[in-house]
Amino acid sequence: MGLLWTLVVLVVAMAISWRFLGSYLVAVYDGKTSWLGFIERPLYRILRVDPKVEQSWQRYGGALIVFSGVAILVTYGMLRLQGSLPLNPQHLPGVTPALSFNTAVSFVTNTNWQNYAGGSTMSYLSQMGALAVQNFVSAAVGIAVAVALIRGFARKGSSTIGNFWVDTTRGVLYVLIPIAFLAGLVFVAQGALQTLGGPVHIHDALNGMSQTIPRGPVASQEAIKQLGTNGGGYFNANGADPFENPTGLTNLLSIVLLLAIPVALTYTFGKMVGSVRQGVAVLAAMTIIFGTWVGFTVAAEHGPNPAVAAAGLVHQPTGNMEGKETRFGDTSSALYNAASTQTSTGSVDSSADSYTPIGGFGMLSGMMLGEISPGGVGSGLYTILLFAIMAVFLGGLMVGRTPEYLGKKIQSKEVKLAALGVLVMPITVLVLTAIAVAIPAGRAGPLNKGPQGFSEILYAFTSQANNNGSAFAGLNANTAFYNITGSIAMLLGRFAIIVPVLALAGTLGSKSLVPTSTGTFRTDTPLFVGLLIGVILIVGGLTFFPGIALGPIVEQLSHGKLF
Amino acid sequence: MQAAPQADHGLSPSHSLEHKARGVATRRGLFDPEILRQAAKDAFRKLNPMVQMRNPVMFVVLVGTVVTFVEALRHPDKFTWGITIWLALTVLFANFAEAVAEGRGKAQADTLRKMRSDTDARRLLQNGGEERVAAAQLVKGDCVVCEAGDIIPSDGEVIQGVASVDESAITGESAPVIRESGGDRSAVTGGTKVLSDRIVVQITAEPGHTFMDRMISLVEGANRQKTPNEIALTILLAALTIVFLPVVVSLEPFGRYSGSTVSVVVLVALLVCLIPTTIGALLSAIGIAGMDRLVQRNVLAMSGRAVEAAGDVQTLLLDKTGTITLGNRMASAFLPVGGHSETELADAAQLASLADETPEGRSIVVLAKERFGLRERELSGEHSFVPFSATTRMSGLDVGGREIRKGAAEAVRQWVSSKTGTIPKELDQVVERVARAGSTPLAVADGKEILGVIELKDVVKQGIKERFADLRAMGIRTVMITGDNPLTAAAIAQEAGVDDYLAEATPETKMELIKAEQQDGKLVAMTGDGTNDAPALAQADVGVAMNTGTTAAKEAGNMVDLDSNPTKLIEVVEIGKQLLITRGALTTFSIANDVAKYFAIIPALFVATYPQLGALNIMRLHSPASAVLSAVIFNALVIIALIPLALRGVRFKATSAAAILRRNVAIYAVGGIITPFIFIKLIDMVLTATRLY
Repeated sequence: MGLLWTLVVLVVAMAISWRFLGSYLVAVYDGKTSWLGFIERPLYRILRVDPKVEQSWQRYGGALIVFSGVAILVTYGMLRLQGSLPLNPQHLPGVTPALSFNTAVSFVTNTNWQNYAGGSTMSYLSQMGALAVQNFVSAAVGIAVAVALIRGFARKGSSTIGNFWVDTTRGVLYVLIPIAFLAGLVFVAQGALQTLGGPVHIHDALNGMSQTIPRGPVASQEAIKQLGTNGGGYFNANGADPFENPTGLTNLLSIVLLLAIPVALTYTFGKMVGSVRQGVAVLAAMTIIFGTWVGFTVAAEHGPNPAVAAAGLVHQPTGNMEGKETRFGDTSSALYNAASTQTSTGSVDSSADSYTPIGGFGMLSGMMLGEISPGGVGSGLYTILLFAIMAVFLGGLMVGRTPEYLGKKIQSKEVKLAALGVLVMPITVLVLTAIAVAIPAGRAGPLNKGPQGFSEILYAFTSQANNNGSAFAGLNANTAFYNITGSIAMLLGRFAIIVPVLALAGTLGSKSLVPTSTGTFRTDTPLFVGLLIGVILIVGGLTFFPGIALGPIVEQLSHGKLF
Repeated sequence: MQAAPQADHGLSPSHSLEHKARGVATRRGLFDPEILRQAAKDAFRKLNPMVQMRNPVMFVVLVGTVVTFVEALRHPDKFTWGITIWLALTVLFANFAEAVAEGRGKAQADTLRKMRSDTDARRLLQNGGEERVAAAQLVKGDCVVCEAGDIIPSDGEVIQGVASVDESAITGESAPVIRESGGDRSAVTGGTKVLSDRIVVQITAEPGHTFMDRMISLVEGANRQKTPNEIALTILLAALTIVFLPVVVSLEPFGRYSGSTVSVVVLVALLVCLIPTTIGALLSAIGIAGMDRLVQRNVLAMSGRAVEAAGDVQTLLLDKTGTITLGNRMASAFLPVGGHSETELADAAQLASLADETPEGRSIVVLAKERFGLRERELSGEHSFVPFSATTRMSGLDVGGREIRKGAAEAVRQWVSSKTGTIPKELDQVVERVARAGSTPLAVADGKEILGVIELKDVVKQGIKERFADLRAMGIRTVMITGDNPLTAAAIAQEAGVDDYLAEATPETKMELIKAEQQDGKLVAMTGDGTNDAPALAQADVGVAMNTGTTAAKEAGNMVDLDSNPTKLIEVVEIGKQLLITRGALTTFSIANDVAKYFAIIPALFVATYPQLGALNIMRLHSPASAVLSAVIFNALVIIALIPLALRGVRFKATSAAAILRRNVAIYAVGGIITPFIFIKLIDMVLTATRLY
């Protein structure tokens, strides 16, 4: 299937998801559907939750932090003890403390940064009971936070923003499990692995070599890894592994899955705040950035590899195929990686380290913009709304009114929270990267020297602080230093944004609504979309320009020279 | 309601600064040489770190200057000294901007202070005697005597007597006003001068808290506090400053990893260029200048918050009389009834009005003359004028046995009936028709005969309809407040083009209207002058009290209009909007500037290690040193260049938000990206020409 047809299918799938999944999400989070009530109600009884009682933002946030904290502890415990737990046909030993912690944080924060090779490190129980469970609930938590923020905009004079336990339960039950189940069936049908049968041992008598091939319940995890924008692969090669992503169809299905919820949430947003146009404006900003980034990343990978060209082979008709699977080809691979880095998924079906400088820049800078195009499930929407508040503040002033967004006045408290939420990520990335390149433990990590090595470190922290989880490769990150600093990046990138977002939901929800007039700064027009994109690019550009200049830009300008 | 002293004041389309300087408004220009001299001195005085702390952005620049200064002492070279000097100038330019903004207010305050000092008062003693005390010793409750020629020593109420008072010291209006005990005209202000007669004034203000004191501290900006929006913007600027710290500091290890050493001086230069110094330097000047623009229009805002709220106003409550219509009704037609001719009616009406000196009466005489060539005549023979009284509600003339009367239709009808005259049956229809058109009908009778009806028309001010259309475009709803009946109100509302009206308004219905609007989340502005307006003035988000009004009204509102011109409310709203727009525009400009500065400095930083990065030097700047210095110099000079814009405010045109935004984004965002590329290049060329760098 050519790139054109891939894009056509993608656009149609997104349109369907936007309209129908979007309105289904409204029903789910407004409590208007209860077709799984027979499972839902007993769950609340076990959890001792009264689904009718709503929470203030402080209680909502408190529940979220406690829930995530417990999730990290449980996941950590299961990984440490997997050697003595069942469902471990490969008899894998317990995971080391630093790696267990990093992995637990990674899956609970919806990052899925992996400092290990899944097939040869994690038992079936760890994969299914620890990691896959977090793939579901961390995604549901992200959507819950976005919905809470939407409620803040939609309500007036309200002291509550919803119930964390209800929102998370309904997200898992009504949204993630049904879709992941159906998608999992397609993966199985296309040939992805789904077994508890243990590894296969092969003896190659001809060459006198033995090989152990790990197997496992892969397809079920593959579906939620994409749908929940988690991205953690069952095997080390992630989406490039034929057991995970066997065909071009599953490749395309993966892209559809990872974009589905973030795109649909813009409809949910518009519907819940009472104007679908508002959601369309946000989606437009996301789409324009996504399209631009996919465009130049795909173009760069479709073109020649500059290093190969520098070596004298200028004519490269297949594009830059280094590190790519022939069953996907250059453009589909680039599309998959670009989509996955702009949705905070981080799964890859080709090696990022082998991308051209511009292609690598596409993946890196896609994350640097804050994962908003369309970003992770829930996190993409709430992060772009923080940018929207900043855009509204500047634009609103320029029309001579105290700025307001969706009828809510944007005053010092909102500016403070939005600025905090937007700036946590770049500050985290810059500080940790600076530490890593300054001290020996950090310098020992990268495989390459010069700008490529710098890019590897910068990429690692950018990926983790954005809860993306994709790796540039070439960085030996399973060390105490990278496990710990990475965990810090992931925790800050997740919770230091979620807390201000929930506070924002609380303060916005308690405000009254200012009626709109012709003097109101419109936020559903192309002009605002432009302004929003401008703010996103300026904030991302101004904070990361020096880093980008010393990494990919130097490399690109070096025309294939290796350092 | 006091009529506007100048009928079309504030309706002129030009919003230029060529404003008539009266009252507290000064004739001094914004950039008077004396003010500039003083501001230059103040710029140094403001270097005090405690003062700088209040502005996080400029504080960072000050600290940076100290760092580069120490570096310059340790490793003196012309580059380090150059950077140090220009960073210091950046701080000074910011201080200068603020000082210039404050300058005019300070000068005005000094003038007012001189006027206030050394007034003596004649305090009444319990035993009926008098003593001379200094005005500053008067306390609330004291009674003082003021006679012709005396300066009233403090604010108070007239409790005895009536006098004409010259209030030009405050309002600039030279025509004297009458102040008398009781009613709505009893308030006097300290610093005004009694021209005639003798009054006893009970002091209502504690020393140091008189209107004059407040006025001085307001124009001076002594207790200026940051407004809510200013605080929000300061937070955003602080956040942008904080985020650039790790950006710049991380460059050092980044550079070292890449094999190049980055000097502290260049890092400081980069930091200062990136943080929003332009808006940081001009922010407080913009706020002060906004207040000053109000003062120039003779409006005193009690707080900057009120000025900001004015920009947000969505509903304007405007009194009909004096704001929407000229204060006086004018005769516009003679409508005869009962078979009488129009000339007959006009003649009688003119006779009845000869002695009527009210504007309405004069307008009847004039209309009769214009329409029928009836001259004003000297009355010969026996005649007597019947003056208007509240009980008869008629006035007229008895001459040669004729009794001519004009007055309210109902009153004239009764008068004629009592004389057993007949009432023409079409009278009611005519009266009704006139009232429905928003005019006032006056019936004219000659003895037993009712001759007809004079139509007195409320004349809507010229240009007011266009003004309301502008307001509508800005999203502001206008509501006309009038004591007229709904019929009349509807007609005038339609003619003036207001969005809504409140007829038969009472202080209570006015208050209800404000509360209802606020319930919907709207901000409301209104004007008022009477004591019964005070609760509504206090409730409104922007309450402009007329200076001619009572003390209660002035205390309830958050602005006082010294000209007592209700139309000015519209200007107040525009000044509020202009203030916010100026802030937003300069913030956007400041941030957009960073793009060019990066392109100047980043290649300069690393070009030694990675010569490839020279490709980013798209301005083709001469050398790394000249590139960095050019960016720093641009960053400093742009502050000076933008002072006039910050003080005057960006051009404001009343139109829709979308149109305003399009224009400002084009100028300040797009322009903000392009401008520095041009000027940094030019500065670099100049530096290169000097052969210093």
